[in-house]
Parts: sequence; structure tokens; C-alpha cells
Amino acid sequence: MTTLNINGKSRKINLPSDTPLLWALRDQLGLTGTKYGCGMAVCGACTVHIDGEPTRACVTPISAAVGKKIVTIEAIEQDQTGKKVQDAWLNLGVPQCGYCQAGQVMAATALLKNHPQPSDADIDKAMSGNLCRCGTYPRIRAAIKQAAGLPEVQS
Amino acid sequence: MKNAAEFLQTNTEQNDTDDYLIDNVSRRTFIKQFALSGFVLAVGLPTLLRADEAAAPAASGKFGADAMPHGWVDNPLVFVAIAADGAVSIICHRSEMGQGIRTSLPMVVADELEADWSRVHVVQAPGDEKRFGNQDTDGSRSMRHFFMPMRRVGAAARQMLEAAAAARWRVPVTEVRAEQHRILHIPNGKTLGYGELAKAAAKLPVPDRDSLRLKNSTEFRYIGKGRQGIYDGRDIVSGRAMYGIDTQLKGLLYAVVARPPVLGGKVLKYDASAALKVPGVVKIVELPSSPPPAEFNPLGGVAVIASNTWAAIQGRNALKIEWNDGEHASYDSLAYKAELEAAVRQPSKVVRQQGDVDAALQGAAKRLEAEYYLPHLAQAPMEPPAATARISKGHCEIWTCTQAPQLTRDKVAKWLKLPEDKVTVNVTLLGGGFGRKSKPDYVIEAALLSQAMQGKPVKVTWTREDDLHHSYFHTVSLERLEAGLDAQGKPVAWLHRTAAPSISSTFGPDSKQQMPVELGMGVINVPFAIDNLRIENPPAAAHTRIGWFRSVSNIPHAFAVQSFVAEMAAAAGRDHRDFLLDLIGPARRIDPTNLGDTWNHGESPALYPVDTGRLRRVIETVTREASWGRQLPKGQGLGLAAHYSFVTYVAVVVEVAVDEAGKLSIPRVDVAVDCGPQVNPERIRAQIEGACIMGVSLATLGEISFKNGAVQQDNFHAYQLTRIDDAPREIKVHLLPPAEFDTPLGGVGEPGVPPIAPALCNAIFAATGQRIRQLPIADQLLKD
Repeated sequence: MTTLNINGKSRKINLPSDTPLLWALRDQLGLTGTKYGCGMAVCGACTVHIDGEPTRACVTPISAAVGKKIVTIEAIEQDQTGKKVQDAWLNLGVPQCGYCQAGQVMAATALLKNHPQPSDADIDKAMSGNLCRCGTYPRIRAAIKQAAGLPEVQS
Repeated sequence: MKNAAEFLQTNTEQNDTDDYLIDNVSRRTFIKQFALSGFVLAVGLPTLLRADEAAAPAASGKFGADAMPHGWVDNPLVFVAIAADGAVSIICHRSEMGQGIRTSLPMVVADELEADWSRVHVVQAPGDEKRFGNQDTDGSRSMRHFFMPMRRVGAAARQMLEAAAAARWRVPVTEVRAEQHRILHIPNGKTLGYGELAKAAAKLPVPDRDSLRLKNSTEFRYIGKGRQGIYDGRDIVSGRAMYGIDTQLKGLLYAVVARPPVLGGKVLKYDASAALKVPGVVKIVELPSSPPPAEFNPLGGVAVIASNTWAAIQGRNALKIEWNDGEHASYDSLAYKAELEAAVRQPSKVVRQQGDVDAALQGAAKRLEAEYYLPHLAQAPMEPPAATARISKGHCEIWTCTQAPQLTRDKVAKWLKLPEDKVTVNVTLLGGGFGRKSKPDYVIEAALLSQAMQGKPVKVTWTREDDLHHSYFHTVSLERLEAGLDAQGKPVAWLHRTAAPSISSTFGPDSKQQMPVELGMGVINVPFAIDNLRIENPPAAAHTRIGWFRSVSNIPHAFAVQSFVAEMAAAAGRDHRDFLLDLIGPARRIDPTNLGDTWNHGESPALYPVDTGRLRRVIETVTREASWGRQLPKGQGLGLAAHYSFVTYVAVVVEVAVDEAGKLSIPRVDVAVDCGPQVNPERIRAQIEGACIMGVSLATLGEISFKNGAVQQDNFHAYQLTRIDDAPREIKVHLLPPAEFDTPLGGVGEPGVPPIAPALCNAIFAATGQRIRQLPIADQLLKD
């Protein structure tokens, strides 16, 4: 039995300790907002925050998250920055199929917490680990800038 | 909306919650939403009586929605429900996979209905084409085929509400008008809300189609405006949106399947002892393979069923399986490319001919030839295929991300030997589709595994490796073009040989020839004003499952044709745009059958001729907007391409920069689109932006290759997709002013893809002088 702090609550998980956090969230806790995309930390769909750091849940064993604060997409609207990101995402119509967007929102929220006024290079660096097959990248970039209060097109 | 854990609690058998919001998951919820207490306009669900009565003359016509299985339905009692509190529920019967259809189609109904969008709930239809009309969400057809039926649905419901109000007030119906969720008595300003009228309205006859008063386009509130936002947007950014992979049921079992690495392969023997020792693994089930053709059949293999997905994956890793690879075990992409090259270098089956190409080539002042190669591609939706099945009391219920709900229902029924009405297919959101999720092999797997587990609910999840290894791949192709120019640089001869395994090989004996559908995607139907033209189709055998990928054969055809035209312009010493416009010739409306195209994307040649005026206009627009002809520094360039597909006209200018090391970047792309009337321009722009990035991705990185019959790419580290740092920095979409809303609509989801790769490669040529004829570009530009 592993106990984790998820979205401010203590949750018991009855899975082997090497089970990736992704599958504990999805299959045992029913927190399906965190998505599976690759299982090897190359697509970013499973991004969660662990002690504030964007982390790929698909390669993070639950044993490595013990004693840390885990935040998933289901709770990000309670975060001031997270809510701003969500609102900018909707203002600019970012999502298409939406499947990768939980990971994108988590990555963007973490970026803005560390870099409240990110440059294009900051955005590239923080967001290039998150794949979107629908091709929403231009709007993701614009929405990050909107959430940061920056002009959306930088020349 | 509830979160998934709460859903887990509530969505159990016999649960009768009135929860309104888990709307695309359970059929019971579906019915409940439509039968909410106080509800009223749609009566008698789920009987099919009224739907069948009002069903459109499916298949009585030959084109458009009439030619699709089960045609269309425009009965308001099927699509609209109004509760006593005024909440309007509108059914979306097409699958949402990112194109925004759950916003756009209900918006059409709501507009004609004069419903307040903030009080509209969208309800996802289960697979039932007799009731809803065709549900195959592919071919860029949803809006094109259902704009008018959905307008009639809204108008009919509105007229029923108006009639009910007039009767209540005992005034002539001409004195009342619907306005934003209420009926107004014009002379004295009295109003009645929709909720107050719904019960009475539901008892009135559905107005005849001929008596419907559709709005003028000037009266539209939502159509053509694009101000509604994405219906599922808030759920998506909050992690509450439910996809096929997210289904949770009480007692759910989780499965992954080890499938034969080579098409047609079979399990020779396997040892499950280690797998069974993995904690959480419940059972190992062998799935049968099917004889060719592949069709939509599951591939067979060995399934691991466990108490969670990770345990199932670990169990699969522990399986020891010996395969008999079968007849395709020697499929090798390098060797196959050489086969295709040999095939296109000799005369072959002529599929279109005019004039005398050989004589014109002989007499030409200048001759050119070029060959273009495009490898297999995988659709790779971010949500891999996934499906859940449960069988109870002879009824199979499915929850899945499918582009083809009725087809899925038919196939599951056939495999389980159940009548169709004993199979329910609930359609979740799709985490991308791109053609992959039109093929329900993964859903049949779930049904068979539930059956093997005495009907317990089983979810099959495809890992990314499964998705890349076992897609229905975009074809591999070699296109050879030859042309002759006269002394003035005018084209006098055009010869195109197109070799690619056909999608038809997936569904029948492999004829090795492309179907009219494939040839009609921009190879046979080039609308060029050229006297001598011949198109040939050499044979190409299939060694894997060939399927459709967003925009299908248009991709290789546009790549070859639009690259070659740029090569011809360069050879003629002319500006590419001017040369292309001259090659297209004057504005005219061409009957596609005169171009040898008997398919025309399924549309009427009379309603949808090939309009070279529209093709010219998108080229003129995009080159103007992109300042075509402007001077750029060394290493930068502009490239142009134009392509007609899915009865929509698209032209693209790509701007590239290639640095001294050969690193490519794309500062800007301009896209001009003429898709006829634009119902939701905001989502059209989003689709075109996305198509642009998918085009860049396939052009720069996309490649599925085979060795010893098996796919060599395991995951996204090997099958790479464009990321944000390499995506075009700016995409400017120019929607041509729509014609009036009485002209036919074009497709939107797919036609943005084909012109991207050639425009990009033409830009690279302009920037560097290097001509790319083989995709992906990969490291071809890198120095050292």
C-alpha cells in the first residue's frame, strides 16, 4: 500500500510500488484527465506537477512520488496560474481533439510559474516535450502569451 | 460534470441517476438525457418509429449524403428535445475528433431553432444509422452532408413551437415569431418560453419539408459567425472530457494484446507462465487470426487480461510467443521502393489519355522527368485505439472512440453472432482519428475478450507501439512525371505514372491497381490546359494493411504534381505562379467525368464541377497575401502549391529559412481556402492550421518503414511528429468570402493537408536550389 498526496488529499494506492503514477491515477483513482500517449516520456500527454515541477507520470513510479505534492489536471483550475491558462486556452480556441491538452495546460502552467513573462525561446523549451497531432501549436503559443499578459505575436 | 471516480460509482448497472452531463458515455444516460422529467419535444425514445417514417430517401439518389449508407435524417423528433425548464438537447450524430463537429452541427440546429446557445446541451448519438442517418465521420463530409438536414431539423422544431404558441393564444401563426428561446406574439409583445411550449409542440405534426421556412443568411445568429467557442472546451482543459481510453465501469478488466508483427502472421505457440506470475494478471486469452483480406478484422494474437493497464503491459512483456510470419515476412521498404521504381519506368495501364503524349514529347524543345517517393505513414492519433465491451443478458454494450459507429455495431454483431439490435455502440470523444478510428478492429477485440471473460467489462488499450505497428497505413507511393515544353516554355506534354498499393487490397483480392477513388484524388483529374496528357497506373502489391489517412492519396499526388509544376516553371525560366495559372488556364467549370474522374468525392458533377476559376482565385489570393515575388535574403525562399480535394480549393505559400548547417525553419505559412459557405469560420481556421502542421510533419519527419515484414518504428522517438519549436511560427489562413449559403459546401477537415508538402519543398528549392523528391526531408538538407 502506497499513500500519495494528490490534489491536496491523501490517497491510498494498492498497486506494486514500481507501477507508474499514470496508471495509478487512471486505473485505480479514476483520475483519467492525465492521459497515456507513449509510455516513455516523449509525448507529454501524462504531464502532472510533482512539487511544482512538470513531470511525466508515465515513467514516474509511485514510490518516487511518496511524500510529495502531486497536482493533476483535475485540480489545476484551483491554481491561479492554471485558471488563467485554461481561460486563455478557451479564449483562443486552442483545443481540437483535446486529448493532449491536459498535458499542454500542465506544462504551460508550470512554465508561467517559473517564467511569468516567457520568451518564444522559453516557450519552445518548456513546450517542445508535448506533442499535439492536431497541430494546435500556434494557438498554444498565443494562449501562453495571453495568459502571461504579453502581446500574442512577437516580432 | 462528475470526475471519473464519481462516474465509476454512478455508471453501474441499474443506476438511475439523473446526471445530465456524462453525455457521450452511456446509452442509458443518453436516453435519460432525452427523457428527462418534464421533457417533451422528443417523445417515445428509444423507439425508431418516427425516425424511420421521416428517414430520408437514402440511396435513392446517387450523390452526396443520398449516396451514403442510410443517407440522412431531418426529423426534429430524432434530434431535438426540450425540457420543461427550457433546456434544449441537440443530438450530434457525427464523431468529434477535433474538427469541432459537436459545436458546429448543433449550432446549425440551434440557429434555425432560435435557441439560446447557452441553454443548449449536446448529446452524442450512439451508432444507429437507421435512426440518425449516416454516421461515418470521414471524407470531410459532416457539414457538407448535414448542413441542410440540420437546418431543417431546427426550422421544423421552431415552427412546431410557433404553432403551439399560436394555438395557445388563439392567434394566427403569422402573428408569432421565435426569438431566442421564446415565442413572441408580435402585435402585443406577449411571450412564451420554449419550455412552456414544448409539451404542446411535441403533439403537433412535424411540418412537411416543403413548408419549412429556413432563415435567410442575414438572419443567422451563429452560422457563419464562429463565436460560440468549443462546446467541450471547458471539460477538455479541466481533464473531465471522456475519451475512449477513459471508460471506467464497475469490475472493469484491462487488456493489452500481443499481435502478429507481420500481416497475416499467426501464433505458432506461446508460453504464458511468466506472464501469469505478474501481479494483477488475471487471464491469458488467445485471439484467432483471420484469413485475408484484412478487412476490419482483428489481427489475432495473445491477450493479457489484468486488473489494471500496467499489469497487462507487464504481463505482455513476459509472454514468450513464437510466430509464423506468413507470406509478407520479406516485406522490406528499401527493396519495395526499388520495385516501385522499376514499375513506373515502363509503360502500364492507361487510366486517362488525351492527345498524343509520345509524339509531343518527341517534338518538345525541352523534356523533363522526375520521380517522387512518399513512404508509409501512420495516423498516430494522440489517443491510441481503445475500446470497452460488456456483455450482459445477450446484449453487448460498447464504449469507444470510433469514426464509424454503425459499422462498428455491424462488425461486433457479426463477430459475436448477435442481432444488430443487441449491440449498442456508445461514442466517446476521439483523441484524434485521422482515418485510423474508422476501422473497428480494436473494438472487435474488446468484444471478443469480454465474451471470453463471461461478459465482464473489458477495456482494450493499444499502446503506442501497437498503434504504430498495426495501423492501417497510408500507402507508399512512387510517382513518375514526364513533361515536354515547347520553345517558348509552354507545356505540350504531361505523362504521370502513379504506383501505390491500393486501399482496396485491405478489403478484397489485391488487384494491385488504384481504385477510381484513389485516382480521383488529384492524379487523374488534374485540371490542366494541356493538349497531350496521359496518366498510367502501374501495379503495386500490398504487404500491409493499407488504409485512409487524413486526405488519403491526395498527399502523394499533390506532392508530385505540384513539385513537378514548379520544376517545369524553373525549366521554362518562368515565375512559378504565372506558370501554374497558365497551366490551369482560364476560368471554366469542368465536368469531372471529362477529366476521367467518375468519383468526384462522391458529389454530383453538376453541383460540384471542377471550377478552375476558384482554383485560380485561391492561388491569386494566397500569393497576394504572402507578397509573392518579394526579395528574401540568401537561404530563405517562398514556395507555392495549390490542390483541389474534397470539393474544396486550397493554395499555400510556405516561407522557409535554411541556415548554413542545413537546419530548416518555417517562419510563416499562408493558406487560402475556398470551401464554399463557411458555417463555423473559427473552427475552419483551426482545421486549416492543424492540417498545415500535419503536412509539415509528414513532409519533414513522417516515415513508417518495414523490415522482415514488420514496422521498424516503435514509438514517437522513432516515428517523429513536428513539435512546437519546429512548427511554422505563424500560419495565416485566408478564407475566401463565402458565396451565399445556397451554394454547396466543400470539405474542410482534409483538403488543407495535400498542398503543404509540395509548397514546402518548392520553398526549399527557392531558398537553396536543392530539389527534394523523396519524403520525409529528414536530414537531406543537413551539411555533413
